[in-house]
Amino acid sequence: MKVLVTVKRVIDYNVKVRVKSDNTDVDLANVKMALNPFCEIAVEEAVRLKEKGNATEIVVVSIGPKVCQEQIRTSLALGADRGVLIETDAAPESLSVAKLLAKVVEEEKPDLIIMGKQAIDTDNNQTGQMLAALLDMPQGTFASEVKVEDNSVSVTREVDGGLQTVALNLPAIVTTDLRLNEPRYASLPNIMKAKRKPLAVKTPADLGVEVKEHTKVLKVVPPAERQAGIKVASVDELVDKLKNEAKVV
Amino acid sequence: MTILVIAEHDNSSLKGATLNAVTAATQMGDELHLLVAGSNCGAAAEAAAQVAGVSKVLVADAAAYEHQLAENVSKLIVELADNYSHIVAPATTNGKNYMPRVAALLDVAQLSDITAVESADTFQRPIYAGNAIATVQSLDSVKVITVRGTAFDAAAAEGGSATVEALDSEQDAGNSRFVSEEMAKSDRPELTAADVVISGGRGMGNGENFAMLETLADKLGAAVGASRAAVDAGFVPNDMQVGQTGKIVAPNLYIAVGISGAIQHLAGMKDSKIIVAINKDEEAPIFSVADYGLVADLFEAVPELEQKI
Ligand SMILES: Cc1cc2nc3c(=O)[nH]c(=O)nc-3n(C[C@H](O)[C@H](O)[C@H](O)COP(=O)(O)OP(=O)(O)OC[C@H]3O[C@@H](n4cnc5c(N)ncnc54)[C@H](O)[C@@H]3O)c2cc1C
Ligand SMILES: Nc1ncnc2c1ncn2[C@@H]1O[C@H](COP(=O)(O)O)[C@@H](O)[C@H]1O
Repeated sequence: MKVLVTVKRVIDYNVKVRVKSDNTDVDLANVKMALNPFCEIAVEEAVRLKEKGNATEIVVVSIGPKVCQEQIRTSLALGADRGVLIETDAAPESLSVAKLLAKVVEEEKPDLIIMGKQAIDTDNNQTGQMLAALLDMPQGTFASEVKVEDNSVSVTREVDGGLQTVALNLPAIVTTDLRLNEPRYASLPNIMKAKRKPLAVKTPADLGVEVKEHTKVLKVVPPAERQAGIKVASVDELVDKLKNEAKVV
Repeated sequence: MTILVIAEHDNSSLKGATLNAVTAATQMGDELHLLVAGSNCGAAAEAAAQVAGVSKVLVADAAAYEHQLAENVSKLIVELADNYSHIVAPATTNGKNYMPRVAALLDVAQLSDITAVESADTFQRPIYAGNAIATVQSLDSVKVITVRGTAFDAAAAEGGSATVEALDSEQDAGNSRFVSEEMAKSDRPELTAADVVISGGRGMGNGENFAMLETLADKLGAAVGASRAAVDAGFVPNDMQVGQTGKIVAPNLYIAVGISGAIQHLAGMKDSKIIVAINKDEEAPIFSVADYGLVADLFEAVPELEQKI
């Protein structure tokens, strides 16, 4: 079984991003970048499927500027077999990302596609579902457990009230939630080996996809700051404040 | 302009998140229709017809819609899309599951998790775990939108008198199947709608200790939530997670107990009206957003608070 995994280069999750003073965007200059945490989980899940004998080949795809090769190399060091970069300096919207990925899927014909549920920069939570719709494939979003069977995959999903399990015909798309697995660290020998793994570079034009704009960001501002609060010295004082000052109990 | 709002329901009743989405939708256009897609969902449809501001309820009652499978529901919505300028759903796990499919099938963008409506085509939404708020204009003819419930008041559940129209379409993609579900049972209010939320973090130590928070919650009519660390450690089930990638809450009172205040946790609760933090580490970042911070051992402070409040 061939598995395709998508990985996005995003701000490191520990960094608190700041808005640019001209309110056009957030400031990513000199900010630490990393593999989107959910995509890291997606790579790990694919590698585990390979270790279990379910998967035979893992292809990772990223869309973005040249530096995204770093995140592809990281994924290769974690155990993926080869990489594809769709190089573009435009930051394509989810729908365009899904259209580009759909072309890659048509070429690669994977049996299973594993993606992050959400990129922690745009917080969109939509690309996997969009790709599934474009390919008319079933989807198992927010997965906390994935079991591959003969011609289907069973996915346990984290939903508002608890957990839901669905069975999907292959090929299918799975998007990862945090509890699906805990990604490993890449070992030094694997990092070295990853440098020699194949990485193909293509452009949106090569794939015949026109990257269109469907939305326009008019402004980016910082969120409303909370008024600094106070420290209370005791439970008595806390109860008094809640009852008589905040009047919330 | 007519807006289609997709109802969140469990076939027998309407979920609260629908009402917040209705309020957001009323700010986008003048006529509002609600779609109830389910199986044996007559009771939910009746409830939908009572919602103030809704003029028509469309009911698609078929086995294929029983569990809101995205493959099926998205096709149904796309079939109806021609008649609408906006298609709106609550940003619940259901809404997040089927709406991007609707957008892709219509070849339009989706605006996820909006927190304000500036005009019929311009909206605000948080990005980067709520550390920035983007104002985004849609250039598409149909706007596909999911709504963050905590950012909009609930519409009145009663007082409306919408007409109810049955749809006879059954879209069954045939490539996915519901197998089972395991829903957490609780008599407490729903996390995203509760007036008071008490959340525990890794500092709780184990799942049994959450009983302490539950006793306090029962006294305050509160819901109980958790940090990701508490969920990951297996103290409590996943549906209690508050944060960037869990549930977004904005109660009148949020009490964070043994939670450090990571960016991802703050993203889910920092719009609460009053925030209380109980943590033994006076440097914990949670204190930077807390109106009232108590530096104390939670195992002493929580039982005392429960007694005195
Ligand atoms: C992609 C991604 C998404 C994430 N999404 C979320 C999310 O949605 N929600 C979320 O919560 N997290 C999320 N996280 C995790 C987040 O980064 C933090 O790891 C997590 O919030 C920490 O939980 P915590 O505060 O309970 O634990 P810790 O950071 O370990 O803090 C425990 C706190 O308890 C205090 N404490 C310990 N014992 C006591 C005691 N006896 N009395 C009083 N205080 C005590 C300590 O001083 C400490 O401050 C996400 C992470 C990633 C990478
Ligand atoms: N530019 C991109 N390159 C590769 N994968 C992407 C890209 N954008 C989104 N994805 C994938 O889609 C998932 C969901 O992203 P989003 O819908 O933007 O929140 C991410 O976790 C990635 O796996």
